[in-house]
Amino acid sequence: MSAILEASGAAPGRDRGGPAQPLLSVTGLVKHFGGRRDWSGKRRGMVRAVDGVDLEIFKGETLGIVGESGCGKSTTARLVMQIIRPDRGEILFDGEAVGSPALGLQDYRRETQMVFQDSYASLNPRLTVEHTIAFGPWVHGEGRRAAVARAHDLLARVGLAPERFAARYPHELSGGQRQRVNIARALALQPRLLILDEAVSALDKSVEAQVLNLLLDLKAEFGLTYMFISHDLNVVRFMSDRVMVMYLGKAVEVGPSDVILKDPRHPYTTALLASMPSMDPDNRTEEAPLFGDPPNPIDPPPGCRFHTRCKFAAPVCSAREPGLGADLGDDLVHRVACHMADPSSGHPGAVAAMERA
Amino acid sequence: MLLYTLKRLLYVTPVAIGVSIVCFLLIHITPGDPLSAILPSDAPLELQMQMRAAYGFDKPLWMQYALWFWKVLHGDLGTSIATGRPVAAEVLRAVGNTLILATVATLIGFTLGTFFGFVAGYFRDSWLDKLASALSVLGVSVPHYWLGMVMVIIFSAQLGWLPPTGAGPGGSSNWRPDPEHLSYIILPALTMSVIPMGVISRTVRALVADILDQEFVQALRAKGLGEYGVFRHVVTNAAPTALAVMGLQLGYLLGGSILIETVFSWPGTGFLLNAAIFQRDLPLLQGTILVLAMFFVALNLAVDVIQTALDPRIERA
Amino acid sequence: MAVLSDIRIDTVAPLPARASRGYWGSVLRRLMRDPVAMVAAGVILAIVLAAAFAPFVAPGDPYKGAMLRRLKPIGDATYWLGSDELGRDMLTRLIYGGRLSLFMGVLPVACAFVIGSTLGVFAGYVGGWVNMVLMRVIDVFYAFPSVLLAIALSGALGAGITNAVVSLTIVFIPPITRVAESVTTQIRTRDYVEAARVSGAGAFTIIRVHVLGNVLGPIFVYATSLISVSMILASGLSFLGLGSKPPEPEWGLMLNTLRTAIYVQPAVAALPGAMIFITSISFNLLSDGLRSAMAVRA
Repeated sequence: MSAILEASGAAPGRDRGGPAQPLLSVTGLVKHFGGRRDWSGKRRGMVRAVDGVDLEIFKGETLGIVGESGCGKSTTARLVMQIIRPDRGEILFDGEAVGSPALGLQDYRRETQMVFQDSYASLNPRLTVEHTIAFGPWVHGEGRRAAVARAHDLLARVGLAPERFAARYPHELSGGQRQRVNIARALALQPRLLILDEAVSALDKSVEAQVLNLLLDLKAEFGLTYMFISHDLNVVRFMSDRVMVMYLGKAVEVGPSDVILKDPRHPYTTALLASMPSMDPDNRTEEAPLFGDPPNPIDPPPGCRFHTRCKFAAPVCSAREPGLGADLGDDLVHRVACHMADPSSGHPGAVAAMERA
Repeated sequence: MLLYTLKRLLYVTPVAIGVSIVCFLLIHITPGDPLSAILPSDAPLELQMQMRAAYGFDKPLWMQYALWFWKVLHGDLGTSIATGRPVAAEVLRAVGNTLILATVATLIGFTLGTFFGFVAGYFRDSWLDKLASALSVLGVSVPHYWLGMVMVIIFSAQLGWLPPTGAGPGGSSNWRPDPEHLSYIILPALTMSVIPMGVISRTVRALVADILDQEFVQALRAKGLGEYGVFRHVVTNAAPTALAVMGLQLGYLLGGSILIETVFSWPGTGFLLNAAIFQRDLPLLQGTILVLAMFFVALNLAVDVIQTALDPRIERA
Repeated sequence: MAVLSDIRIDTVAPLPARASRGYWGSVLRRLMRDPVAMVAAGVILAIVLAAAFAPFVAPGDPYKGAMLRRLKPIGDATYWLGSDELGRDMLTRLIYGGRLSLFMGVLPVACAFVIGSTLGVFAGYVGGWVNMVLMRVIDVFYAFPSVLLAIALSGALGAGITNAVVSLTIVFIPPITRVAESVTTQIRTRDYVEAARVSGAGAFTIIRVHVLGNVLGPIFVYATSLISVSMILASGLSFLGLGSKPPEPEWGLMLNTLRTAIYVQPAVAALPGAMIFITSISFNLLSDGLRSAMAVRA
C-alpha cells in the first residue's frame, strides 16, 4: 500500500530546496480583466485586479493576506493556483518554475491546493462526500477503492466520523461540516501548500473557531504551509506568522503579523486597523480612519495608489509610485511600499519616520 | 434607445442572412434535380436548358445564392409553377388575411390569458388557481387543428350558427370587418387563440405570483396601500414581459397558421403553403417561407426593442 | 511529525456507510406523491402498453375494411368505437395508431436530446468564440417558428415517416441546445468545477463526473416538455399529408381522412384527435410534475 504513496512522490524526499528556499516565490504578478481596445490599439477600461505583486511564502509558515473587497486578494490566490492565467509574472515553487519541464502543471496541482469560501458551491451536489474527496487521488491514478479508503481516513482526521458522514450528500451537512469536507478534499492530494481563500468567512463565529483550530492542528501534523486570505483582521492575527496587506492590486506592506498589526508602517494598514471599532467604551472610535471613496480599480490614481485617501500625502506621492522597500530589518522580512519609509524619496515625513523606527 | 435599436439590428442581420440561406437551401435539399422543382418534368428540353441557365443551376452554389438574394432584395421571389404568377404578389395577398386572423386570435388569447393568469396568480393555490391553471394546460396541449374540427362540428354541422370554411363572400381577396364577413372569422380566430391563451396565462400567472412574493409588495401593503394600488403596481411590473410574450405568440401564429387555415380554408399564407406543398410548387413554398420567417425575425426584434423601452431595469448599454 | 503519506490504507476498514438517498431517488419519491402526475403517467403507460401489445389487445384488423359497414357510430355492436370511412374498426385503428403516433412524437425528441445536449454541453463548457459561433448558427434555426420550420423541411424533403422524423428532430435540436448551453455555462463557473480542475482532472473527466450529472437533469425535464409539442406537430404533419401515408393507422392521418365524415359521424371523426389530445396533455402534466419534483432541494 505504501508503495503507491511512495511512487506518487509523497516520500519525505519531496523537499527539494531545503529550509531556506521559500516554498512559493512570486514576482511581478499581473492580471488585467476586460477592457476594450481604443482607436490607437491600446487597451482601455480594464480592471487592473492584480498589478505587479511580489510575495514569498517560507516553508512551514502561514502568510496572511488582507485587504478590502476588490483589492485583488482572491485574484492573487487564483493566479497562484493557476486557475486563471497570469498576464505577466513568474511563479516559483520550491525553486522550480511552474509550467516548466521540471514542474509541470499536473505535478504542481498535487503540491498546491485550495479551499474556497462558499462551502456549498464548492461541493458537487450530486456526489457523496467520500466520492468528492476521493476524486482527486482517483484522477491521479489511484484505484477507486484505495481512493475511497483514503477519503475515509481524511474524514476522520478533520473530525467527521466516516461511518456517519462518508455517504452523505452536501445538502445533508452544516456549513462547518462542509468546510471540513473541503479541507479534507484539499488534503487528499497531499499538497505542501494550501491556499485558504476566505475559508472561514461564511461560518458562524463558534464554528469558525473550531475550523481554525482544526487548520492549526493539521498544519502541525502534516507540516503544511498556508496562504490565508481574509478580510477579518482578528482571524488573520490568530492564524498568520506573516501578513501581506493589499490595496488596489498591489502589496503595500508585508511583515511579521504581530509587528504589522501592532505597529504598522503604512498609512493604509494603520487605517485598516483603526477601522475595527474599539470594544472599550472608554476608548471609543470617534472618527472614520479613512476619508474619500475607494478609487476605481479601472483607473487607479497616479503614483502611489493610496495617496488620495492618505493623511500624509505629499507631492512626491502623486508623482512616483513607491515600490516595496528594502527590508526594515525586523526578525522576519518586513517591507513597506511608502515614500515615508524611504529616506531618499523626498517625502517630508521620511526622515521622521526613520527616526521613529 | 436609438443606439440600442441599432445594436440589435446589427445583431439580427447575420441571423436574417442565415434564415435566408436556409430558405434558399430548401430547394436544394429536395430529392432529385432542383430543376424539377421549378419546371414540370415534361417541359421541352430547350425550356429546361433556358431555365437552368436563368436560375443558374449550372453555377456554384454560393453564386446561386447571391443571385437569388439579389432578386429577393428587389422584390422578385420567383414565379409560381402552378399559377404562373409572381410569387411575391401571391404571398402579399395572402399575408394580409393571415395577419388579420393572427392578430384577432392573439388579442383574444391575450385578453383571456391575462385574465386567467391574473386570477390564478392572485388567488394562488385556491380552486380558482387550479381551474385557471387547468385551462391553460389544456390550451397548450390541445392539437389546434383537431379543436378546429370539433368547433366546426359543433357550431357549423350540428348547430348551424357559423359557416365552416372560407373567408366569406369575395373569396380570397381581403377580408373586411363588416357584418357579412364577421361570422367567418369567429371560429378560426377562437380556435387559434387557444394556444396563446394557454401560454400567456401560464406566463402571467408565474409573473404575478413572483411579483406578489416580492418584498416590495409587502412593504406597500404595510404602508397602507389599498388593493387597487397594489394591483396597479403588479400590472406595471408584469406588463413588459406579458406584452413581449404576446408579441412572440403573434409571431408563432403568423408562422404556424397553416394547420388552422387548412381546416377552415382561410385564404392566408398557411393555405398558400399547403397548396404549394401539394402541387410541389417549390418557388411558392420558398417565397412564402422566406416572407413568414422574416416577419418573425422582424417581430422578435420589435418585441425586444419595445420591451427594453418599457422596462427600466433592462440595461440599455 | 506525521506526513500525509503515513496514512496506511489497510488500517482503515471502511464500515458500510448509511445508505443515503440519491438525488433521483428523492425526485422519484416526490413525483409519486403527486396525484396528477401519477394519473398522467398511468394514462401514458396504458396507451404505450396498448400500442406495444396491439395485436393482443385490439379486437380487429387495422387494415381490413368493409365498405358496407363504413362510418358506423360509437356503441355499435361490432365496432365499439365506430368504423371509419373505409369500414375499418376505429378501436383497432386507434390502438395501432398509437404505435406510429407515439413513435413519430417521441423519437424526434429523443434524437434531438442526444444531439442537442452534446452540442450544448460542448459549447457551454468550451466557451469563447466556439460557443458564440455555434449558438449563432442555432439562433438562425431558432428564428423560425417551429411549425413553419417543420413544414418547410417536410415540404422540401417530401412526405414520409422518415422525412417527418428527420425534420422534427431538426426543429427540436435548437431549443434543447440552447437550454443545454445555458445550464452548462452556469455550472461551469461553479466552485466545485474549479476545484475539480484544481485537482488536476482533464476536461473529459470533469464533464463526465461533475458536469453531466448536474446538467442532464434539467435538460431532460425540458425535453420531456417538448414531447407533447412533438406529438401534435407529428400528427399535424400527417394531417397535412406530409407524414405517414394511407393506409397506415396514425392519429393525425386518420383525422385527415375522416374530415369529410364530420357531417355524418362527427363523434367518430373526432376520436383520433381526442387521442392526440389525451396523450399530449398527459405528457405535459407528467413533465410539469417532474419539473416540480426536481425544483425542490431535498
